[in-house]
Amino acid sequence: MSILKLIDNLDAGQTNTADLNQPTSRREGLFTMGGFGSTVLAAAIPTFLLNMLPKETIADAMAAPQDAVIDVLNFALTLEYLEADFYIKGTGSNSNITSKYRAVFDEIRKHESAHVAVLQQTITKLGGTYVPRSNFTFDFTADGAFPDPFSAGQFGTFLALSQAFEDTGVRAYKGQAGVLMTNNDVLTAALQIHSVEARHAAMVRLIRADQGDILTKPWITGNSRGLMPGATQDVYNGEEKTNQTPTGAYDFNAVTEAYDEPLTMQQTLDIAGLFLD
Amino acid sequence: MKNDQNPPSLEAIRLNRRRFLGYAGATVGASALLIAGCKKDDDDDNNNGTPIDPNAVNLGSGDIGVLNYAYALEQLEAAFYTQVVANFGASDLSAAERSLLNDIQKHEVAHRDLFKGALGSNAIKDLEVNFTSIDFTKRASVLGTAKAFEDLGVSAYNGAGKLLVSSDYLLLAGKIVSVEARHAAAIRHLLNPFSADFAGTDVIDGNGLDLARTPSQVLAIAKTYVKTPINASNLPTS
Repeated sequence: MSILKLIDNLDAGQTNTADLNQPTSRREGLFTMGGFGSTVLAAAIPTFLLNMLPKETIADAMAAPQDAVIDVLNFALTLEYLEADFYIKGTGSNSNITSKYRAVFDEIRKHESAHVAVLQQTITKLGGTYVPRSNFTFDFTADGAFPDPFSAGQFGTFLALSQAFEDTGVRAYKGQAGVLMTNNDVLTAALQIHSVEARHAAMVRLIRADQGDILTKPWITGNSRGLMPGATQDVYNGEEKTNQTPTGAYDFNAVTEAYDEPLTMQQTLDIAGLFLD
Repeated sequence: MKNDQNPPSLEAIRLNRRRFLGYAGATVGASALLIAGCKKDDDDDNNNGTPIDPNAVNLGSGDIGVLNYAYALEQLEAAFYTQVVANFGASDLSAAERSLLNDIQKHEVAHRDLFKGALGSNAIKDLEVNFTSIDFTKRASVLGTAKAFEDLGVSAYNGAGKLLVSSDYLLLAGKIVSVEARHAAAIRHLLNPFSADFAGTDVIDGNGLDLARTPSQVLAIAKTYVKTPINASNLPTS
Protein backbone atom coordinates (compact mmCIF):
# COMPACT_ATOMS: atom_id res chain seq x y z
CA MET A 1 0.00 0.00 0.00
CA SER A 2 1.13 3.24 0.35
CA ILE A 3 0.92 4.99 3.59
CA LEU A 4 -0.15 7.96 1.54
CA LYS A 5 -3.12 6.02 0.45
CA LEU A 6 -3.69 4.84 3.96
CA ILE A 7 -3.72 8.33 5.29
CA ASP A 8 -6.00 9.44 2.54
CA ASN A 9 -8.26 6.60 3.48
CA LEU A 10 -8.08 7.60 7.07
CA ASP A 11 -9.80 10.75 6.02
CA ALA A 12 -12.35 9.29 3.72
CA GLY A 13 -15.04 8.74 6.29
CA GLN A 14 -14.28 11.82 8.24
CA THR A 15 -16.08 14.41 6.21
CA ASN A 16 -19.27 14.03 8.18
CA THR A 17 -17.98 13.15 11.59
CA ALA A 18 -17.42 16.76 12.51
CA ASP A 19 -14.04 16.03 14.03
CA LEU A 20 -15.30 16.68 17.47
CA ASN A 21 -11.98 16.05 19.07
CA GLN A 22 -9.72 17.31 16.36
CA PRO A 23 -9.15 21.01 15.86
CA THR A 24 -7.59 20.38 12.45
CA SER A 25 -8.38 17.53 10.18
CA ARG A 26 -5.59 15.16 9.29
CA ARG A 27 -5.86 16.00 5.61
CA GLU A 28 -5.48 19.65 6.39
CA GLY A 29 -2.50 18.93 8.60
CA LEU A 30 -0.74 17.01 5.88
CA PHE A 31 -1.41 19.59 3.28
CA THR A 32 -0.27 22.33 5.54
CA MET A 33 2.98 20.55 6.12
CA GLY A 34 3.25 20.67 2.39
CA GLY A 35 5.11 17.44 1.91
CA PHE A 36 4.62 13.75 1.73
CA GLY A 37 8.00 12.85 3.14
CA SER A 38 8.11 9.71 5.19
CA THR A 39 8.99 11.61 8.33
CA VAL A 40 5.85 13.63 8.15
CA LEU A 41 3.84 10.55 7.44
CA ALA A 42 5.41 8.51 10.16
CA ALA A 43 4.67 11.25 12.62
CA ALA A 44 1.05 11.18 11.60
CA ILE A 45 0.53 7.50 12.27
CA PRO A 46 0.58 5.80 15.63
CA THR A 47 3.80 3.93 16.13
CA PHE A 48 2.15 0.66 16.88
CA LEU A 49 0.41 0.80 13.52
CA LEU A 50 3.69 1.35 11.74
CA ASN A 51 5.18 -1.60 13.56
CA MET A 52 2.23 -3.73 12.63
CA LEU A 53 2.21 -3.12 8.93
CA PRO A 54 4.42 -5.12 6.63
CA LYS A 55 7.53 -3.17 5.74
CA GLU A 56 6.87 -3.03 2.02
CA THR A 57 3.73 -1.19 2.91
CA ILE A 58 5.69 1.68 4.22
CA ALA A 59 8.20 1.58 1.40
CA ASP A 60 5.76 1.57 -1.46
CA ALA A 61 4.42 5.01 -1.99
CA MET A 62 2.34 4.27 -5.06
CA ALA A 63 -0.72 2.41 -3.99
CA ALA A 64 -2.41 -0.14 -6.14
CA PRO A 65 -6.07 -0.51 -5.16
CA GLN A 66 -5.38 -4.09 -4.12
CA ASP A 67 -2.83 -2.86 -1.60
CA ALA A 68 -5.35 -0.49 -0.12
CA VAL A 69 -7.78 -3.38 0.19
CA ILE A 70 -5.18 -5.51 1.95
CA ASP A 71 -4.38 -2.70 4.35
CA VAL A 72 -8.02 -2.35 5.27
CA LEU A 73 -8.26 -6.10 5.78
CA ASN A 74 -5.22 -6.02 8.08
CA PHE A 75 -6.80 -3.17 9.97
CA ALA A 76 -10.01 -5.19 10.32
CA LEU A 77 -8.00 -8.26 11.32
CA THR A 78 -6.38 -6.30 14.13
CA LEU A 79 -9.80 -5.40 15.52
CA GLU A 80 -10.93 -9.00 15.20
CA TYR A 81 -7.82 -10.20 17.07
CA LEU A 82 -8.74 -7.82 19.86
CA GLU A 83 -12.33 -9.02 19.98
CA ALA A 84 -11.51 -12.71 19.62
CA ASP A 85 -8.93 -12.51 22.41
CA PHE A 86 -11.39 -10.65 24.62
CA TYR A 87 -14.14 -13.25 24.26
CA ILE A 88 -11.78 -16.23 24.50
CA LYS A 89 -10.60 -14.86 27.84
CA GLY A 90 -14.10 -13.83 28.86
CA THR A 91 -15.64 -17.23 28.23
CA GLY A 92 -12.62 -19.13 29.59
CA SER A 93 -12.29 -21.26 32.68
CA ASN A 94 -12.66 -18.43 35.20
CA SER A 95 -15.47 -16.79 33.28
CA ASN A 96 -17.68 -14.46 35.24
CA ILE A 97 -20.43 -14.61 32.64
CA THR A 98 -23.62 -15.79 34.30
CA SER A 99 -25.45 -18.76 32.81
CA LYS A 100 -28.29 -16.55 31.61
CA TYR A 101 -26.00 -14.85 29.08
CA ARG A 102 -23.58 -17.66 28.37
CA ALA A 103 -25.07 -18.71 25.01
CA VAL A 104 -24.82 -15.17 23.69
CA PHE A 105 -21.13 -14.78 24.46
CA ASP A 106 -20.23 -18.26 23.27
CA GLU A 107 -21.83 -17.36 19.95
CA ILE A 108 -20.04 -14.03 19.74
CA ARG A 109 -16.70 -15.70 20.50
CA LYS A 110 -17.28 -18.19 17.68
CA HIS A 111 -18.08 -15.40 15.23
CA GLU A 112 -15.04 -13.31 16.11
CA SER A 113 -12.71 -16.28 15.74
CA ALA A 114 -14.35 -17.11 12.41
CA HIS A 115 -13.83 -13.51 11.29
CA VAL A 116 -10.14 -13.79 12.12
CA ALA A 117 -9.85 -16.87 9.93
CA VAL A 118 -11.84 -15.36 7.06
CA LEU A 119 -9.75 -12.20 7.03
CA GLN A 120 -6.46 -14.10 7.17
CA GLN A 121 -7.55 -16.33 4.30
CA THR A 122 -8.76 -13.39 2.24
CA ILE A 123 -5.52 -11.47 2.67
CA THR A 124 -3.51 -14.52 1.67
CA LYS A 125 -5.75 -15.14 -1.33
CA LEU A 126 -5.16 -11.57 -2.49
CA GLY A 127 -1.43 -12.14 -2.33
CA GLY A 128 -0.93 -10.07 0.79
CA THR A 129 0.66 -10.76 4.14
CA TYR A 130 -1.56 -10.70 7.16
CA VAL A 131 -0.35 -9.27 10.43
CA PRO A 132 0.40 -12.23 12.69
CA ARG A 133 -1.58 -12.64 15.86
CA SER A 134 1.66 -12.91 17.80
CA ASN A 135 2.29 -9.23 17.07
CA PHE A 136 -0.29 -8.30 19.63
CA THR A 137 -0.59 -8.45 23.35
CA PHE A 138 -3.79 -6.95 24.60
CA ASP A 139 -4.22 -5.18 27.88
CA PHE A 140 -7.92 -5.08 28.63
CA THR A 141 -7.42 -2.75 31.55
CA ALA A 142 -6.18 -0.16 29.05
CA ASP A 143 -3.22 0.54 31.28
CA GLY A 144 -5.35 0.73 34.39
CA ALA A 145 -8.23 2.77 32.97
CA PHE A 146 -10.54 -0.17 33.67
CA PRO A 147 -10.52 -2.93 36.28
CA ASP A 148 -9.52 -6.34 34.92
CA PRO A 149 -12.77 -7.31 33.14
CA PHE A 150 -12.12 -11.02 33.67
CA SER A 151 -11.62 -10.87 37.42
CA ALA A 152 -14.28 -11.85 39.93
CA GLY A 153 -17.04 -9.30 40.35
CA GLN A 154 -16.15 -7.43 37.15
CA PHE A 155 -18.86 -8.73 34.86
CA GLY A 156 -20.09 -5.16 34.49
CA THR A 157 -16.70 -4.08 33.19
CA PHE A 158 -16.66 -7.04 30.83
CA LEU A 159 -20.06 -5.99 29.47
CA ALA A 160 -19.03 -2.36 29.09
CA LEU A 161 -15.92 -3.29 27.12
CA SER A 162 -17.87 -5.77 25.05
CA GLN A 163 -20.38 -3.09 24.09
CA ALA A 164 -17.60 -0.62 23.35
CA PHE A 165 -15.76 -3.12 21.12
CA GLU A 166 -18.89 -4.11 19.20
CA ASP A 167 -20.15 -0.57 18.66
CA THR A 168 -16.62 0.42 17.59
CA GLY A 169 -16.41 -2.53 15.22
CA VAL A 170 -19.64 -1.52 13.50
CA ARG A 171 -18.40 2.02 12.97
CA ALA A 172 -14.92 0.92 11.90
CA TYR A 173 -16.06 -1.48 9.16
CA LYS A 174 -18.50 1.13 7.93
CA GLY A 175 -15.76 3.69 7.62
CA GLN A 176 -13.67 1.44 5.34
CA ALA A 177 -16.38 0.20 2.97
CA GLY A 178 -15.52 2.79 0.34
CA VAL A 179 -11.94 1.57 0.08
CA LEU A 180 -13.14 -1.95 -0.64
CA MET A 181 -15.26 -0.95 -3.62
CA THR A 182 -12.53 -2.07 -6.01
CA ASN A 183 -13.17 -5.68 -5.02
CA ASN A 184 -16.80 -6.77 -4.96
CA ASP A 185 -16.20 -10.06 -3.17
CA VAL A 186 -14.18 -8.46 -0.41
CA LEU A 187 -16.67 -5.61 -0.06
CA THR A 188 -19.55 -8.05 0.29
CA ALA A 189 -17.71 -10.17 2.84
CA ALA A 190 -16.86 -7.06 4.85
CA LEU A 191 -20.51 -6.00 4.81
CA GLN A 192 -21.48 -9.49 5.94
CA ILE A 193 -19.13 -9.16 8.91
CA HIS A 194 -20.28 -5.61 9.57
CA SER A 195 -23.92 -6.60 10.10
CA VAL A 196 -22.90 -9.46 12.39
CA GLU A 197 -20.98 -6.97 14.54
CA ALA A 198 -24.15 -4.87 14.64
CA ARG A 199 -26.17 -7.86 15.81
CA HIS A 200 -23.59 -8.44 18.53
CA ALA A 201 -23.70 -4.80 19.55
CA ALA A 202 -27.49 -4.82 19.81
CA MET A 203 -27.49 -7.99 21.89
CA VAL A 204 -24.80 -6.84 24.29
CA ARG A 205 -26.68 -3.56 24.73
CA LEU A 206 -29.83 -5.53 25.59
CA ILE A 207 -27.86 -7.46 28.19
CA ARG A 208 -26.48 -4.27 29.68
CA ALA A 209 -30.03 -2.91 29.89
CA ASP A 210 -31.07 -6.16 31.58
CA GLN A 211 -28.20 -5.67 34.02
CA GLY A 212 -29.40 -2.23 35.06
CA ASP A 213 -28.40 0.33 32.45
CA ILE A 214 -32.08 0.56 31.69
CA LEU A 215 -31.98 3.46 29.26
CA THR A 216 -29.65 1.57 26.93
CA LYS A 217 -31.41 0.39 23.82
CA PRO A 218 -30.18 -1.94 21.07
CA TRP A 219 -29.46 1.17 18.97
CA ILE A 220 -27.36 4.22 19.83
CA THR A 221 -29.26 7.31 20.90
CA GLY A 222 -27.47 10.59 20.22
CA ASN A 223 -23.89 10.20 21.39
CA SER A 224 -24.96 8.69 24.67
CA ARG A 225 -22.80 6.05 26.30
CA GLY A 226 -25.47 5.46 28.95
CA LEU A 227 -23.84 4.34 32.19
CA MET A 228 -20.68 3.20 30.40
CA PRO A 229 -17.36 4.45 31.82
CA GLY A 230 -16.31 7.90 30.65
CA ALA A 231 -13.28 6.43 28.90
CA THR A 232 -15.62 4.91 26.30
CA GLN A 233 -17.08 8.23 25.15
CA ASP A 234 -14.95 8.30 22.00
CA VAL A 235 -16.85 5.25 20.82
CA TYR A 236 -20.02 7.36 20.67
CA ASN A 237 -18.84 10.80 19.63
CA GLY A 238 -20.25 11.64 16.23
CA GLU A 239 -23.20 9.26 16.54
CA GLU A 240 -25.45 12.24 17.27
CA LYS A 241 -25.29 13.40 13.68
CA THR A 242 -28.63 13.98 12.01
CA ASN A 243 -27.59 15.12 8.55
CA GLN A 244 -29.38 12.23 6.89
CA THR A 245 -32.88 13.53 7.48
CA PRO A 246 -34.20 17.08 7.30
CA THR A 247 -34.19 18.45 10.79
CA GLY A 248 -37.32 19.59 12.55
CA ALA A 249 -39.83 17.18 11.15
CA TYR A 250 -38.49 14.16 12.97
CA ASP A 251 -37.84 13.05 16.50
CA PHE A 252 -34.18 13.89 17.17
CA ASN A 253 -33.42 10.75 19.13
CA ALA A 254 -35.03 8.50 16.57
CA VAL A 255 -33.11 10.07 13.70
CA THR A 256 -29.77 9.63 15.46
CA GLU A 257 -30.69 6.03 16.22
CA ALA A 258 -31.72 5.35 12.63
CA TYR A 259 -28.15 5.74 11.32
CA ASP A 260 -24.90 4.38 12.65
CA GLU A 261 -22.04 6.72 11.82
CA PRO A 262 -18.60 5.67 10.57
CA LEU A 263 -15.28 6.03 12.33
CA THR A 264 -12.11 6.74 10.38
CA MET A 265 -9.21 4.34 10.65
CA GLN A 266 -7.42 6.84 12.82
CA GLN A 267 -10.35 7.32 15.17
CA THR A 268 -10.70 3.56 15.48
CA LEU A 269 -7.01 3.07 16.17
CA ASP A 270 -7.14 5.78 18.81
CA ILE A 271 -9.81 3.73 20.58
CA ALA A 272 -8.38 0.26 19.99
CA GLY A 273 -4.85 1.44 20.66
CA LEU A 274 -5.71 1.89 24.32
CA PHE A 275 -5.90 -1.87 24.62
CA LEU A 276 -2.63 -2.64 22.92
CA ASP A 277 0.34 -3.26 25.13
CA MET B 1 -21.41 -4.62 -14.55
CA LYS B 2 -20.73 -1.75 -12.27
CA ASN B 3 -22.08 0.83 -14.69
CA ASP B 4 -19.79 1.76 -17.51
CA GLN B 5 -17.49 3.96 -15.56
CA ASN B 6 -14.44 2.99 -13.67
CA PRO B 7 -13.26 4.44 -11.39
CA PRO B 8 -16.54 5.54 -9.90
CA SER B 9 -17.34 9.18 -9.83
CA LEU B 10 -20.30 11.34 -9.09
CA GLU B 11 -20.20 12.43 -12.71
CA ALA B 12 -20.69 8.82 -13.65
CA ILE B 13 -23.82 8.72 -11.61
CA ARG B 14 -25.15 11.86 -13.20
CA LEU B 15 -24.40 10.52 -16.64
CA ASN B 16 -25.97 7.28 -15.78
CA ARG B 17 -29.03 8.99 -14.46
CA ARG B 18 -29.33 11.03 -17.62
CA ARG B 19 -29.01 7.92 -19.65
CA PHE B 20 -31.64 6.23 -17.58
CA LEU B 21 -34.01 9.14 -17.91
CA GLY B 22 -33.45 9.23 -21.63
CA TYR B 23 -34.13 5.59 -22.16
CA ALA B 24 -36.73 4.92 -19.54
CA GLY B 25 -39.55 3.26 -21.30
CA ALA B 26 -37.47 2.00 -24.14
CA THR B 27 -36.09 -0.73 -21.93
CA VAL B 28 -39.41 -1.81 -20.53
CA GLY B 29 -39.67 -4.63 -23.02
CA ALA B 30 -36.35 -6.10 -21.98
CA SER B 31 -36.63 -9.56 -20.63
CA ALA B 32 -35.79 -10.10 -17.03
CA LEU B 33 -36.98 -10.20 -13.57
CA LEU B 34 -40.44 -9.06 -12.88
CA ILE B 35 -41.92 -9.24 -9.50
CA ALA B 36 -45.53 -9.73 -10.24
CA GLY B 37 -47.71 -9.11 -7.26
CA CYS B 38 -50.88 -11.12 -7.03
CA LYS B 39 -52.97 -8.10 -7.62
CA LYS B 40 -56.40 -9.63 -7.53
CA ASP B 41 -58.19 -6.43 -8.40
CA ASP B 42 -56.09 -5.83 -11.44
CA ASP B 43 -58.19 -6.07 -14.53
CA ASP B 44 -55.48 -7.18 -16.89
CA ASP B 45 -52.84 -9.87 -17.14
CA ASN B 46 -51.49 -11.89 -14.29
CA ASN B 47 -47.87 -11.75 -15.35
CA ASN B 48 -47.18 -15.39 -15.26
CA GLY B 49 -43.61 -14.84 -16.15
CA THR B 50 -43.08 -13.52 -19.62
CA PRO B 51 -43.90 -9.98 -20.62
CA ILE B 52 -43.29 -7.23 -18.14
CA ASP B 53 -46.39 -5.70 -16.71
CA PRO B 54 -46.70 -2.21 -18.18
CA ASN B 55 -47.97 -1.14 -14.77
CA ALA B 56 -44.90 -2.43 -13.00
CA VAL B 57 -42.84 0.08 -11.11
CA ASN B 58 -39.47 0.32 -12.83
CA LEU B 59 -36.69 0.74 -10.28
CA GLY B 60 -34.35 2.10 -12.95
CA SER B 61 -30.67 1.50 -13.54
CA GLY B 62 -27.34 2.38 -11.97
CA ASP B 63 -27.16 3.86 -8.50
CA ILE B 64 -30.60 5.38 -8.92
CA GLY B 65 -32.01 1.92 -9.46
CA VAL B 66 -30.25 0.57 -6.38
CA LEU B 67 -31.50 3.47 -4.27
CA ASN B 68 -35.03 2.87 -5.55
CA TYR B 69 -34.63 -0.77 -4.60
CA ALA B 70 -33.69 0.26 -1.06
CA TYR B 71 -36.52 2.79 -1.09
CA ALA B 72 -38.99 0.03 -2.02
CA LEU B 73 -37.84 -2.10 0.92
CA GLU B 74 -37.95 0.82 3.33
CA GLN B 75 -41.46 1.65 2.13
CA LEU B 76 -42.46 -1.91 2.94
CA GLU B 77 -40.88 -1.85 6.40
CA ALA B 78 -42.24 1.58 7.28
CA ALA B 79 -45.74 0.59 6.21
CA PHE B 80 -45.53 -2.59 8.27
CA TYR B 81 -44.37 -0.95 11.50
CA THR B 82 -46.79 1.93 11.09
CA GLN B 83 -49.58 -0.60 11.01
CA VAL B 84 -48.07 -2.45 13.97
CA VAL B 85 -48.04 0.72 16.02
CA ALA B 86 -51.56 1.67 14.90
CA ASN B 87 -52.80 -1.70 16.18
CA PHE B 88 -51.18 -1.53 19.63
CA GLY B 89 -54.63 -1.00 21.19
CA ALA B 90 -55.77 -4.43 20.10
CA SER B 91 -52.50 -6.33 20.40
CA ASP B 92 -51.01 -8.63 23.00
CA LEU B 93 -47.53 -7.14 22.74
CA SER B 94 -45.88 -6.24 26.06
CA ALA B 95 -45.01 -2.66 26.98
CA ALA B 96 -41.31 -3.36 26.50
CA GLU B 97 -41.96 -4.84 23.07
CA ARG B 98 -44.10 -1.87 22.06
CA SER B 99 -41.37 0.49 23.11
CA LEU B 100 -38.85 -1.19 20.83
CA LEU B 101 -41.33 -1.44 17.96
CA ASN B 102 -42.18 2.24 18.36
CA ASP B 103 -38.51 3.11 17.93
CA ILE B 104 -38.14 0.83 14.94
CA GLN B 105 -41.18 2.41 13.28
CA LYS B 106 -39.56 5.83 13.55
CA HIS B 107 -36.27 4.54 12.17
CA GLU B 108 -37.92 2.96 9.15
CA VAL B 109 -39.95 6.09 8.40
CA ALA B 110 -36.74 8.13 8.58
CA HIS B 111 -35.05 5.71 6.16
CA ARG B 112 -38.00 5.77 3.76
CA ASP B 113 -38.23 9.53 3.72
CA LEU B 114 -34.50 9.88 3.30
CA PHE B 115 -34.52 7.82 0.12
CA LYS B 116 -37.57 9.60 -1.18
CA GLY B 117 -35.85 12.94 -0.67
CA ALA B 118 -32.53 11.78 -2.11
CA LEU B 119 -34.17 10.33 -5.21
CA GLY B 120 -36.32 13.37 -5.87
CA SER B 121 -38.02 13.07 -9.23
CA ASN B 122 -36.32 9.69 -9.79
CA ALA B 123 -38.18 8.13 -6.88
CA ILE B 124 -40.59 5.31 -7.61
CA LYS B 125 -44.20 5.87 -6.63
CA ASP B 126 -45.68 4.73 -3.34
CA LEU B 127 -46.00 0.97 -3.35
CA GLU B 128 -49.24 -0.73 -2.44
CA VAL B 129 -48.66 -3.29 0.29
CA ASN B 130 -50.44 -6.52 1.05
CA PHE B 131 -50.44 -7.41 4.74
CA THR B 132 -53.41 -9.78 4.64
CA SER B 133 -51.23 -12.63 5.90
CA ILE B 134 -50.35 -10.73 9.08
CA ASP B 135 -52.47 -10.68 12.25
CA PHE B 136 -51.54 -7.33 13.75
CA THR B 137 -53.27 -8.17 17.04
CA LYS B 138 -51.03 -11.16 17.67
CA ARG B 139 -47.54 -10.84 19.07
CA ALA B 140 -46.32 -13.97 17.34
CA SER B 141 -47.48 -12.79 13.94
CA VAL B 142 -46.10 -9.28 14.37
CA LEU B 143 -42.70 -10.35 15.71
CA GLY B 144 -42.41 -13.23 13.26
CA THR B 145 -43.02 -10.88 10.35
CA ALA B 146 -40.71 -8.25 11.81
CA LYS B 147 -37.94 -10.84 12.07
CA ALA B 148 -38.44 -11.84 8.45
CA PHE B 149 -38.41 -8.22 7.26
CA GLU B 150 -35.32 -7.26 9.25
CA ASP B 151 -33.29 -10.28 8.21
CA LEU B 152 -34.41 -9.69 4.64
CA GLY B 153 -33.40 -6.04 4.83
CA VAL B 154 -29.96 -6.89 6.18
CA SER B 155 -29.35 -9.44 3.44
CA ALA B 156 -30.62 -7.00 0.81
CA TYR B 157 -28.25 -4.20 1.82
CA ASN B 158 -25.37 -6.66 2.18
CA GLY B 159 -26.01 -7.89 -1.35
CA ALA B 160 -26.58 -4.45 -2.85
CA GLY B 161 -23.43 -2.75 -1.60
CA LYS B 162 -21.34 -3.99 -4.50
CA LEU B 163 -23.93 -2.74 -7.00
CA LEU B 164 -23.33 0.87 -6.05
CA VAL B 165 -20.86 3.09 -7.87
CA SER B 166 -20.90 6.05 -5.51
CA SER B 167 -18.96 5.63 -2.27
CA ASP B 168 -21.25 8.23 -0.72
CA TYR B 169 -24.26 6.04 -1.37
CA LEU B 170 -22.36 3.00 -0.15
CA LEU B 171 -21.64 4.79 3.12
CA LEU B 172 -25.27 5.79 3.41
CA ALA B 173 -26.36 2.19 2.88
CA GLY B 174 -23.80 1.17 5.48
CA LYS B 175 -25.22 3.59 8.02
CA ILE B 176 -28.64 2.02 7.53
CA VAL B 177 -27.81 -1.67 7.29
CA SER B 178 -26.21 -1.87 10.72
CA VAL B 179 -29.33 -0.37 12.24
CA GLU B 180 -31.42 -2.96 10.38
CA ALA B 181 -29.12 -5.61 11.87
CA ARG B 182 -29.66 -4.11 15.34
CA HIS B 183 -33.40 -4.37 14.73
CA ALA B 184 -33.05 -7.97 13.59
CA ALA B 185 -31.09 -8.92 16.70
CA ALA B 186 -33.57 -7.15 19.00
CA ILE B 187 -36.61 -8.79 17.41
CA ARG B 188 -34.94 -12.18 17.55
CA HIS B 189 -34.17 -11.57 21.20
CA LEU B 190 -37.83 -10.82 21.90
CA LEU B 191 -38.77 -14.13 20.30
CA ASN B 192 -36.04 -16.12 22.03
CA PRO B 193 -34.52 -14.10 24.88
CA PHE B 194 -30.80 -14.23 25.67
CA SER B 195 -30.22 -17.13 23.32
CA ALA B 196 -27.79 -17.47 20.43
CA ASP B 197 -30.71 -16.77 18.12
CA PHE B 198 -29.96 -13.03 17.87
CA ALA B 199 -27.41 -14.10 15.28
CA GLY B 200 -28.72 -17.58 14.64
CA THR B 201 -27.25 -20.18 12.35
CA ASP B 202 -30.23 -19.64 10.01
CA VAL B 203 -28.70 -16.27 9.07
CA ILE B 204 -25.02 -16.47 10.05
CA ASP B 205 -22.84 -19.05 8.33
CA GLY B 206 -19.86 -20.98 9.65
CA ASN B 207 -17.54 -18.15 8.66
CA GLY B 208 -19.43 -15.74 10.87
CA LEU B 209 -20.93 -14.00 7.83
CA ASP B 210 -24.46 -12.64 7.65
CA LEU B 211 -26.62 -13.37 4.60
CA ALA B 212 -26.24 -11.39 1.38
CA ARG B 213 -29.02 -11.68 -1.20
CA THR B 214 -29.37 -10.42 -4.75
CA PRO B 215 -32.25 -8.07 -5.59
CA SER B 216 -34.09 -10.85 -7.41
CA GLN B 217 -33.82 -13.13 -4.37
CA VAL B 218 -35.00 -10.37 -2.08
CA LEU B 219 -37.89 -9.24 -4.26
CA ALA B 220 -39.07 -12.81 -4.72
CA ILE B 221 -39.46 -13.01 -0.94
CA ALA B 222 -40.88 -9.51 -0.54
CA LYS B 223 -43.55 -9.92 -3.18
CA THR B 224 -45.82 -11.69 -0.69
CA TYR B 225 -46.21 -8.31 0.94
CA VAL B 226 -46.19 -5.98 -2.07
CA LYS B 227 -49.16 -5.67 -4.44
CA THR B 228 -47.47 -3.30 -6.87
CA PRO B 229 -45.44 -5.23 -9.43
CA ILE B 230 -41.77 -4.22 -9.40
CA ASN B 231 -39.51 -4.31 -12.44
CA ALA B 232 -35.94 -4.74 -11.27
CA SER B 233 -34.60 -5.77 -14.66
CA ASN B 234 -32.47 -2.68 -15.16
CA LEU B 235 -30.59 -2.92 -11.88
CA PRO B 236 -26.86 -3.50 -12.09
CA THR B 237 -25.84 -7.07 -11.40
CA SER B 238 -22.32 -6.54 -10.12
